[in-house]
Amino acid sequence: MRSLIRGIIIAVLSVAVVGTAFWGYQEHKEKNAILVNAENNYQRAFHDLTYNIDLLHDKIGTTLAMNSRSSISPALAEVWRITSEARSSVGQLPLTLLPFNKTEEFLAEIGEFSYRTAVRDLDKEPLTEEEYQSLQTLYNQAAEIQDELRKVQHLVLENHLRWMDVELALATDDENADNTIIDGFKTVEKTVEGYAESDKGIIFSGMQKRDENFKYLEGKTISKNEAIEIAKKYGRENKGDIHVEESKKGADYGFYSISYKDKNNVEVNMDITKKGGYPIWFLKNREVGKQKISLNDAANRAIKFINDNNFESMEMFESAQYDNVGVFTFVSTIDNVRIYPDAIKIKVALDDGSILGFSAEEYLSSHHVREIPKAKVSEAEARKEVNPNVKIMENRLAMIMNDLNEEVLVYEYLGVLGDDTYRIFINAISGKEEKVEKLKDAEPIYEDLV
Amino acid sequence: MYKNPLPTKTIGNSKISNGRVHRMINRSKWIKIFIGIMVSSILLSSEHNLHEVSAFSNQVIQKGATGEDVIELQSRLQYIGFYNGKIDGVFGWRTYWAVRNFQYEFGLKVDGLVGKKTKASLERVTKYHKSYVHEQINKGKRFTHYGGMDLNKQTAPKPQKQQKAKQKQENQGRTPANTPQNQGSGGQSQANQAPPQKPTALNTPGGFSQNDIQLLANAVYGEARGEPYVGQVAIAAVILNRIESPSFPNTVSGVIFEPGAFTAVADGQIWLTPNETAKKAVLDAINGWDPTGNALYYFNPDTATNKWIWSRPQIKKIGKHIFCK
Repeated sequence: MRSLIRGIIIAVLSVAVVGTAFWGYQEHKEKNAILVNAENNYQRAFHDLTYNIDLLHDKIGTTLAMNSRSSISPALAEVWRITSEARSSVGQLPLTLLPFNKTEEFLAEIGEFSYRTAVRDLDKEPLTEEEYQSLQTLYNQAAEIQDELRKVQHLVLENHLRWMDVELALATDDENADNTIIDGFKTVEKTVEGYAESDKGIIFSGMQKRDENFKYLEGKTISKNEAIEIAKKYGRENKGDIHVEESKKGADYGFYSISYKDKNNVEVNMDITKKGGYPIWFLKNREVGKQKISLNDAANRAIKFINDNNFESMEMFESAQYDNVGVFTFVSTIDNVRIYPDAIKIKVALDDGSILGFSAEEYLSSHHVREIPKAKVSEAEARKEVNPNVKIMENRLAMIMNDLNEEVLVYEYLGVLGDDTYRIFINAISGKEEKVEKLKDAEPIYEDLV
Repeated sequence: MYKNPLPTKTIGNSKISNGRVHRMINRSKWIKIFIGIMVSSILLSSEHNLHEVSAFSNQVIQKGATGEDVIELQSRLQYIGFYNGKIDGVFGWRTYWAVRNFQYEFGLKVDGLVGKKTKASLERVTKYHKSYVHEQINKGKRFTHYGGMDLNKQTAPKPQKQQKAKQKQENQGRTPANTPQNQGSGGQSQANQAPPQKPTALNTPGGFSQNDIQLLANAVYGEARGEPYVGQVAIAAVILNRIESPSFPNTVSGVIFEPGAFTAVADGQIWLTPNETAKKAVLDAINGWDPTGNALYYFNPDTATNKWIWSRPQIKKIGKHIFCK
């Protein structure tokens, strides 16, 4: 009897052991399959990247050797395409924790330059001597990057290096891990970093980022207490504590971050510039109830807010309702010319019409005393530049930022082509078509459709 | 199934007119029948009109608005052929041009704002079959609302789903022949007391689809659901700043799914269902609120293991996160 029970227990246990072993093996196999899959994706992105850099180098070379303008444009367009593919490959590699920014920026810059030159009418405006020089420099730099990447690629293939290990090493920040891939990419990054701004020459003048430092702001630097006084104006009465924090060293411009609770115990946050004490943005986070006022009423509240806060000659140019909140965009105007870079956004609750937030960052960074140039092209002439299939509904003069980040005077046309509405900008000085935007219409709610 | 009560209004009407028709047949001649039908249809349609004249609320409707009033506006504009788009309850560009054309044709001030005068003119020259429009919207059908056309011919069944057995009846173009099957049910249901119709479309900020917003909300919720509201807006703003930056991918998905970029992506928390706050935060960030001062990175100083991140120039701290360049 006892031996029988023992026999049964042994049998059951051994079945359990075998079962567990089998299950474990299955799990192990599955896990390995997934790991291999992930590794393969990384490998593919990496080899794609090196291939694209190879190609990039060759293509820039052929462009240099070309003489006829008709073939330079397509070649540069090809360069542009390759850079964007290379960038996409970089984006798939686990390099975020490794500072690999310079290389990505370098690619973006080549792309930008080649695109701009490719779309330019080279018959009218051929490549200048300087641009040839710049292309030559790019060619040499691409060669260096190509060389470094090929070295890494060789090591990866020879030693069967795995990207999964790179990810692990980066995540744990293991200094001791001697990782060839990481070292290789660090070398690439250093190489790119070595290209001083001057090497790049005029190519990248257009790439200069818009000035974010609020250089146009006037006024003296305010103290913490002054900042609090300003903040109080926006949040109406409040009794509790006000927290003020200064911006840290890395900020582009000095500001105070202020947070407090208003009388309804709603959290209010805002940033105020140190120089001049201008509010950059503020946000109130509260539950908004059912809609009680119309978007139009809300717009009037927003206009009142603009006027109360001494923003001069602003005009509302966009309004949109998101559920029970209205968002309005204002731009400044000078003699009926809309200045699009000077934009302010205001958010209004549609339950009681109170201001939920505003953002004046764009306005503060670009607003200054401007001379509006005189249009050299008449409205009628500019109109001829618009695609004749577009039915023009509205027109006005405006200042916009063009692709080269310059402010230009344009005729703005709102027109309809087919079912869609477009905003078309024609340069009022040169008559060139600066920009065409398709304006967005409402999107169906897919939940109801499917 | 619960939507059944809606058609009963028209069913009730048809029963009355039908009874009238029968009585008249018993009494006398065919001409009278014809007159009777004409009169009753005129009576009914004018009654319909009276019923719905007050439908617009008092608000001035402007571009960007959504809701019941916009549905009515679009229906009425479509009735006289000014608006050919979908009746979706969002005052978009097509509605805007339709309003302006209408104002121009009818000698009103052309400003694209639908105020008292525009509404009055619209009500004078157009009809609005509210129950019909609501029913179509509720059933998710494709439909139009042109005047002078049989409404029954202006509706198509919802693409994927089987057509409901019920035939829709409306005042316009009804003949006695197609009413008998509805005779049993009766009673007027009050369409006017129905809750306001929701729009079937949404405003979305330029350059982003609803799905992009959803993806962003997922990321924000996964990364910062315990953070204060500004902290969540800040996370969304960082993602948007990265899209703008040349050192990062150019798309929402490219930035979010960059390997190693976000812990929430790495550990799968991004697939939690985001709450409304996260979505609101994303919308604020897209609409131009950036509480971070143009930050590209952020980290939690208590849990960050990577040394490199500490070397980035720091801008400010929001909640638990330090934001940096």
